[in-house]
Order: sequence, then structure tokens, then C-alpha cells
Amino acid sequence: MTEIVSLEALAADVQPGQSLAIPVTGVSMAGTAALIEAGARDLKLICVPISSMQADLLIGAGAVSAIETSAVSLGEAGGAPRFNAAVRAGSFALRDSTCPAILAGLLAAQKGVPFMPIAGIVGSDLLRVRPDWKVIDSPVGEPGKVVVVPAIAPDVALFHAPEADRAGNIRIGRHRELAAMAYAAKRTFVTVERIVDRNLMATEDSAAGVLPSLYVDKVAVAPRGAWPLPLWDEYPGDDVEVARYAAMARSEEGFRAYLSGFLSQRKQVA
Amino acid sequence: MSGERERRELLINVIAGLLDGIRHVAVGASSPIPAAGAMLLRARNERAGKPPVRISILGSQEHNFFTNGAVEVFDCAAQGRVDAFFLGGGQIDGAGNINLVGTGTYPATDVRWPGSFGSAYLYHLVPRVILFREEHSPRVFVPKVDFVSAAATTPEVRRRGGPHALLTNMALFDFDRISGGFALRSVHPGYSPADIRANTGFDYVEPASIPATPAPDAETLALLRGRIMEELGETYPAFARAMQQAA
Repeated sequence: MTEIVSLEALAADVQPGQSLAIPVTGVSMAGTAALIEAGARDLKLICVPISSMQADLLIGAGAVSAIETSAVSLGEAGGAPRFNAAVRAGSFALRDSTCPAILAGLLAAQKGVPFMPIAGIVGSDLLRVRPDWKVIDSPVGEPGKVVVVPAIAPDVALFHAPEADRAGNIRIGRHRELAAMAYAAKRTFVTVERIVDRNLMATEDSAAGVLPSLYVDKVAVAPRGAWPLPLWDEYPGDDVEVARYAAMARSEEGFRAYLSGFLSQRKQVA
Repeated sequence: MSGERERRELLINVIAGLLDGIRHVAVGASSPIPAAGAMLLRARNERAGKPPVRISILGSQEHNFFTNGAVEVFDCAAQGRVDAFFLGGGQIDGAGNINLVGTGTYPATDVRWPGSFGSAYLYHLVPRVILFREEHSPRVFVPKVDFVSAAATTPEVRRRGGPHALLTNMALFDFDRISGGFALRSVHPGYSPADIRANTGFDYVEPASIPATPAPDAETLALLRGRIMEELGETYPAFARAMQQAA
């Protein structure tokens, strides 16, 4: 059964040492603030397949001991300052990837198989720095080399969506990568703008854009929960705020100042 | 008159030419010049009664006809349904390899860039990859990249994808997949072949006579400054505004 809980209760259930999958669209910034408030640490981030301010905040807050990602960037606002500083300092285990390899790893977990073959990648130094990826002779079909990547089964997947219904069905629209995260993860926590009384599974049209509650463990309401990042059909990204973060987070002190303001601002919204 | 606007219009026009003949082009997020080039080709094809061009702008809600999430563009490329794509690089070397990870020794690189994104995969699968990097300097165009995010040629595996051309602020190069290197095709107005040599850290083939990159004609300019900027403004409002203000 999907539990509807407070944001604090949701965050408190993410344990040190767990792997946490986070998306690039439908980002739970409210959940991120709650994790930092709860003193989250030793998280192993899995970015699906890249991240922006969310990963940078968690890294800056000292909550991350490992990261698997295809990129961390603030987009128009430039590089991700805390990620870049942590890479230079070697302060976490870094697993560089490429977008479709992360999606393929999740797909393997979704299907309950140990690995997934994937096209391309040969010739990339990623193969050198990812000894867990293998190049094998294709066992079927035309002879040739193919890369295989191991299954990725996150302990927790965390994302933000517009709506849940009372049963814990989540409207994800066409953002199927959010479903892919949930299928692969052991548990899925979702923050939503609102909980609606109607049944999201009621019609074919509605159900087609829904992640069923079967895959959803906890739901918490968090209005404007993606802010300052965008949420489709709800609000655009707050580019001024992200640029302000980019400027402040260049230094450790600036980051601390930004973080304390961000945490209190998130509380006021909630 | 604005040099900045003319520079961008020239690049957009070159990109439209490089894309000629394609059916579907994917454009990465925050790539207004490649997107404008694709839109220019689409408008030209429409006028000439040529087959329509599909444009997918990754990360855009409006110019995204996919319904299967983040994986669909990658699956689409694997099926041979993406004809062209753009890649850049913090470093690009003479063999066409690109580095999106950083300089120095991995993992504690001196300078860290965002990461490889989908490059390691798409370079193998998209037939016409256009390398687009505005800064033309020896720190970008190096003899050998410090980290190969994506390799241009890999004789050990069959592939349909790879680099087609390299476009910068100063010049246009073709890529030869057999020899695995670049050849200078044209030099943009205001630069000489010697400028290109001085600002390129890798070796390349230089034909005896190098034409100037053609500037867009009057009809193209009218299209660019009208319809294309309007279309582009839906996804890149700041860029379209800056282009119009530079007028």
C-alpha cells in the first residue's frame, strides 16, 4: 500500500549508505531540502541520466559519498560548482556514464536480468574507468562486439509530479523515465503538487499517463516542490534563482549561505 | 550593422547546408544556433516542395514529439531514425575524438566539465554528427584529447555513425572517416588559412586553394530574420531577442 506521509517522514526514511535515483525532469527539490534537513549522508546518487542543481546541493551539503551520472550541469547557468569542486577534491566515488547506459542499467533491473547489452560506447574511455562495463562477443546473431552494463537497482527512487490520487497512483504524463526509475528501484518516494479525489486510473486516457501505486511506496504533498526547477504543465524554471545559486555556490561559504536561505524558503512554501 | 549577428547568421546558414537531405535531426538542449540551422533547412524544404524535416529539441516540451521518455531518442537513433545530431567538446582532437569530461588525469581532473551525456552512444549511431564548437583555439583543438568521451572511428566494430563536419567561429572542416582526420573546407570571412593553422592544435589536410565560407544570400537572410527568429523564440527567447536587438 502506498502511504501518504509528511515530507519529513518521507525524507527520514532514506538511510545512510542507500543508493538514491534522481531524475532530470520532475525533480523533487522539496524532497532534497527535507533530506538535507534530516541530515542525510553517505548517499549513493544515481542520476537518471543527468542532474543539475539537485545533485549539486546534495553534494555541497556533504550528503553524497558516490555518484553515477552522465553529466552534472546547471544548464544555461553554467557548470555545477559543488560537483566540480568535489571531483577535484576526490571527495566521492565517481562513476562517469553515458545517458543510455544508465537507462539500460535500469531496464535490466526492471526485467530482473543481471545486465543489458547496449549499442555504441566502444572506443570511449568510459570503458576504461568503468571496469563494471564489459565488451563481449555477441552470443547471438551476427558476430561482433557489444557492450554490456550491469543492472541498476536503486534502493530508493525520488521524484516530483503534479498529482497523486488517494490510492497513490501518480500522474507522470509522458515522462516514462520516471516509471523506469520506479520499476527498477526497491522503493519509490514521490512528492506531488496536490492529491486529487478523482481516480487517475478511471479512463484509458488518464491511466496511460500514470505510474500505478503498485510501484509507489510513499507520497508527500509539496506545493511548488520542484522550485526553482520547472515542472511540466505547472510552472517554468526560475532561471534567475538558479543563476543566483550558480554565482553563490562558487565558494564553500557562498554555498552555505545559499543553502540556509534555500532551506528556510522551502519551509515557508510547505 | 552588427558583426555578432552576421557571425551567427553565417553559422546558421552553414548548418542548414550541412543538414541538407536529412529527414530527422535531434538538437541538444541549449543549442540555439544548431536549432536555427535545422529550422532554416525545414523552411527551405517547405518552400522548395522537398520532403519535410522533423526537428527534436531535447529538453523542450514544444519541439519534442516523443512519448516514451528519456530513452526514446536513444532508441530512435539505434533504429536509424535520427539522421543528424550535434556534438561539441571541451576538447576535440585531430582524430575527431571528443572530450566532455575534463582536462588532466581522471578522475581528479584539473578542470571538470559536466560529463559525456549521450555522446559515447550517439556518435556510433547517428550518420551525420556535426561537431559544433564556436571557440576556435589551440586549447579546444588539441592533438589528443585528455579523455575520450566518444570516439570518432572504431574499426573494430560496425557503426553507421560518426563525425561529418566540424564548424567553428573561424572555419568549416570535413571529416574523412577512412583516413580518420579533418580537411579544411572553407574559411569564414575575416580569417585566412594561416589564422586557422595558428589556432588549431591538431594537424589537418589543407587543399591548395581554400574558398571563403559563403555568407547567406538575401532570401536566406529574410527568412532567418523573419520566420526563423520567430520559431526560435519559442524555445530560445533570450537568443532570439539578442539577435533582433543586434539588428
